[in-house]
Amino acid sequence: MARIIAGVGTSHVPAIGAALDLGKSGEDYWKPVFSGYEPSKKWLAKTKPDVVVLVYNDHGTAFGLDMVPTFALGITDEYPPADEGWGPRPVPVVKGDLALSRHLAESLIFDGFDMTIINEMAVDHGLTVPLSLMCGQPKQWPFKVIPLAVNVVQYPPPTGKRCYELGRAIRKAVGAYEEDLRVVVFGTGGMSHQLHGERAGLINREWDNKFLDDLTADPHRLVQLPHVEYMREAGAEGVELVMWLIMRGALNDDVKEVYRFYHVPASNTAVGNIIIENN
Amino acid sequence: MRKPRDYDDIPGTYVFDFERSHQGYHLNQFCVSLLKPGNREAFLADEAGYLRRYPMTEAQRQAVLKRDWLGMVKLGGNIYYTSKIGATLGRSFQYIAAEMSGVTQEEYAAMMLQGGRPIIGNRSRSGK
Repeated sequence: MARIIAGVGTSHVPAIGAALDLGKSGEDYWKPVFSGYEPSKKWLAKTKPDVVVLVYNDHGTAFGLDMVPTFALGITDEYPPADEGWGPRPVPVVKGDLALSRHLAESLIFDGFDMTIINEMAVDHGLTVPLSLMCGQPKQWPFKVIPLAVNVVQYPPPTGKRCYELGRAIRKAVGAYEEDLRVVVFGTGGMSHQLHGERAGLINREWDNKFLDDLTADPHRLVQLPHVEYMREAGAEGVELVMWLIMRGALNDDVKEVYRFYHVPASNTAVGNIIIENN
Repeated sequence: MRKPRDYDDIPGTYVFDFERSHQGYHLNQFCVSLLKPGNREAFLADEAGYLRRYPMTEAQRQAVLKRDWLGMVKLGGNIYYTSKIGATLGRSFQYIAAEMSGVTQEEYAAMMLQGGRPIIGNRSRSGK
């Protein structure tokens, strides 16, 4: 049977991808970010998941404002990197797991989560930067990826509670899949950042670290947080952190934090990374 | 009438709600068009002409032409969309953020290196 073995929370700052692609990862500014991810890369290389369910948000790339799906699941076998205005990132094409993604979509919909279906999609930095941070620069990504795109651009995003419950339904769906697969769920985005307005550049180190603490210590507190708290305390764009609750919901109640990294700044953003394993 | 929202009290913030999304729709969809290399070239070759292809307001067009990044946001632009104008012009998110907050890119970068804009004093308009 398939099972979820762990969850990863990580930022997906586009400038991190650009730094890596342009060979700047050894520069003083970027070195702390990339060295902070080294233990995570080692963990992932050792853990060797077969499939990653990668929860992220599209940034006006695959979806414009003409149609804005709240939850959308990729159900195809490959996802090319997108051109976001400066050409596609020079990273491998992301390979999907067609059979598992079909199973997931069917199971989630019958479980009450009305997923939008994606049959063709280019993936932007929201999906590819987490892969780069966790895997470096391989010729092929070392696992298959099922993209789960969440609207956090057009207010209102789904609630933290709904995200957590979707994670629960993903756990149930994976656990009912016959093939013997090891699955890791990535929740991406954040941490505190505000990209627009006179308040751009907001960072809230204390709030972010409490969020990281409570992913294991008190996830039920996080699940109850209203959007206004994320936007006020972690910056308007910090509301992306609801996506980490899908990852948390996909894990067991009994978990342990095995790694954490936090760094300010990467461009406008506080970088956070956490690895949580099921006990 | 737009009903008051709990987030209206957050200073220097323009939450991209349905009102702003509707107001900025054509401005933002123009930005999406810049994801295609041919459109980027056409925009750079004749900015005003290219902007006339989209039924946005004259104020929105002027904000783009004048690189008034905060003005674009106030007129319904979403930062993930207007950043595509930035990408087309070779301008980073950090440059745009500095412009919106009224400081030089150097000053803004220094603020970020010192830990970012502090939450204290920036939580609410009502001074909580």
